Amino acid sequence: MKVVVHVVLKPGVLDVQGKAVEAALHGLGWPGVADVRVGRTIEFDLPAADKAAAEAEARAMCEKLLANTVIESYRIDAE
Amino acid sequence: MKAAVVVFPGSNCDRDCKVAIERSTGAQVEMVWHGDTALPPGLDLIVLPGGFSYGDYLRCGAMAALSPIMAEVKAAAERGVATVGICNGFQVLCEVGLLPGALLRNAGLKYVCKAVDLDIVNGQTRFTAAYGQQRQARMTVGNGEGNFFADEATLDRLEGEGHVVFRYRDNPNGSARDIAGIVNGQGNVLGLMPHPDRAVEAELGSADGAMLFQSALASA
Repeated sequence: MKVVVHVVLKPGVLDVQGKAVEAALHGLGWPGVADVRVGRTIEFDLPAADKAAAEAEARAMCEKLLANTVIESYRIDAE
Repeated sequence: MKAAVVVFPGSNCDRDCKVAIERSTGAQVEMVWHGDTALPPGLDLIVLPGGFSYGDYLRCGAMAALSPIMAEVKAAAERGVATVGICNGFQVLCEVGLLPGALLRNAGLKYVCKAVDLDIVNGQTRFTAAYGQQRQARMTVGNGEGNFFADEATLDRLEGEGHVVFRYRDNPNGSARDIAGIVNGQGNVLGLMPHPDRAVEAELGSADGAMLFQSALASA
């Protein structure tokens, strides 16, 4: 099973990288761009019986290592 | 008196910490490798030093928090052994759950390396008792991710319960409520971004860091 985990700073946590990228995009001629968030993608293969099982394992990995839930939220895609 | 400094791959202030503790307190200091599974017996102080453990991969301190020795450090801290995390060590303490909050990228996006003046907000902790009537300290910071963050309820609790120990007089990195260092509820685990290990002799610009180590070991 291919699993992709997306980790981003939670809403309300200042994303200074996102702010810098947003300012750069404005400068390049996209003045309407707003709320840029820079995150991290982690991809891996996982032996799992089905999608639900893969998601459950990936969730456990996020809680233990892949995300710091004090500041980050995560989304899991498994297929 | 006996102290241990934990060495992670990528630590770069470990030997500074050893010399700083030895010279400011006379304590015996042992270096402990991150892959070890036991701490030396009879420790009065454990220090997690600054640096870039595991190259800051994933998040600062995240990989170090899973090092074999950290289970022992956690157990010792929970038994009441004085534990100090400096800079990257503070990030590790947050990642391992011994301290609340997290350290975000600096608000100005820049790595900040300079002397900072700190208010000693709580002079009654086991890490600040030796400062006596002194209410300010000068140390240096050197970090790219030293922007302390916690939710509002946690920040209120930290302030209400006297767990904020050091505050920046001129916030260099955007830290919430100018927080530079905090202790845990038990009062035996301190995390701070400024480096007391770089401020132990007048020749270094300040000797104010020495009193932190003296406090920690005097209370043992």
